[in-house]
Amino acid sequence: MKWQLVVDPLFRVPFLNGLLLAVSMPLLGAYVRLRDEWLASLGMAQVTAAGGVAGLLLGIHPIAGALGAAGLAATAKGAVRRSGNDVFVLLLLFGWSVALLGAANSAQGEEVSHALLDGQLYFTSGAHLAGAAALLAAVALLLPRLSRRLLLERFFPEHLAANRESPFRIHLAFDLLVAFAVALATQSVGVMASFALVFVPPWAAFAGANGWRRALARTAVVAAAAYVVAFAAAIGLNQPFGPVLVAALLLTGLVRLLPAAPGAG
Amino acid sequence: MTPLLAYLEVVAGYAQPVVGPISFEVRPGEIVALRGPNGSGKSTLIGALTGSSRVLSGRIERRPGLTVSLQRQLPTRPEGIPLNGHELLRLTGAHRAAPPALLAPLLALRADKLSGGQFQLLEVWACLGGAADLVILDEPTNNMAPSTIEAFVSLLHEKRNGRGVLVVSHERGFVDEVADRVVELQG
Repeated sequence: MKWQLVVDPLFRVPFLNGLLLAVSMPLLGAYVRLRDEWLASLGMAQVTAAGGVAGLLLGIHPIAGALGAAGLAATAKGAVRRSGNDVFVLLLLFGWSVALLGAANSAQGEEVSHALLDGQLYFTSGAHLAGAAALLAAVALLLPRLSRRLLLERFFPEHLAANRESPFRIHLAFDLLVAFAVALATQSVGVMASFALVFVPPWAAFAGANGWRRALARTAVVAAAAYVVAFAAAIGLNQPFGPVLVAALLLTGLVRLLPAAPGAG
Repeated sequence: MTPLLAYLEVVAGYAQPVVGPISFEVRPGEIVALRGPNGSGKSTLIGALTGSSRVLSGRIERRPGLTVSLQRQLPTRPEGIPLNGHELLRLTGAHRAAPPALLAPLLALRADKLSGGQFQLLEVWACLGGAADLVILDEPTNNMAPSTIEAFVSLLHEKRNGRGVLVVSHERGFVDEVADRVVELQG
């Protein structure tokens, strides 16, 4: 047991980086769930990993490759103008294929592919932290502007179009935000943990919440708590962080067993 | 009086025409009904306004600056989404108006916990209770119990307040009761 390492200054930047992601990603996940596109994050994460590997093969930085791939995927998804999960399944399979083929054909690619799939939070730097801070700022700035329109689109289809507002632009803006968020998160915590951060907290928190704002607050709290527990447990028990985070997030599913909150006023 | 919305010899459809040519207009303060059997193209005509179907010929004119509140047929009630009634009304600005007595006790509940008829009434009120110049209701009485329809008819008359209302329905009795003018579509 190495519990004293939890408070070691060496892990301060990785801890803060992960904490910012653990708040931002589930908030985006709430809207992904609203749109019934919960597979988005996994598809995007896999494409991002493929972009990182492809970047190496093409002689560019893996982060640039990952961000570029995420942006392209979001734009392509918007261009076909279809909601639902089928597009993301195709992205997932495409990303998986490219990432593994790329890894198989480059020694360095294999290393990067392994890091992206499994996560490397403890090795993240100030640059990663700056990216996570920028993401949180973007979420805080953009989500309140997009929220009403995304809810309107779900509960009153075609309402925006009837008022000559372009739903396509709103969906594209949100898809790009999700894509870049997943690209950043994949660099730090890996593919499956990124997916879990987007999918599990809203799934756990929505069940008993009465009201959208309450559900968002509950989502962020659930995710942050799971993250802190996972961070301490992974270091203290000398376990890989990604799987521990996913396990901790899955445990938050117990929140669904709590009695429903009373009606909102 | 300038119409809020005018369909001028509109033929609407997708790859092929579905409905038209048809002309009608909605002026401030009047309730116009599009009536016809299922499959006659009523919803396709509304889709021509939003772009979900195409105007193949003719044209649709809108008063400049027109604001529209639109409730589509069989409104989606996403399961597992924790939006409550108050928040749903806030989306369309209908939270500022006093809700009908039938609806008031339901507003604190999650929308996905309401019955089909209750949710339908909530969505209809979300459109009527807002400040849009034109309210479009596509088969608004679907899922509603007779007593709810009665309350809805009263609301419709009460809330027109100089606004235009375009109601799409296949129910003859309901249309006769609420509409100032009826545009008949053939099946």
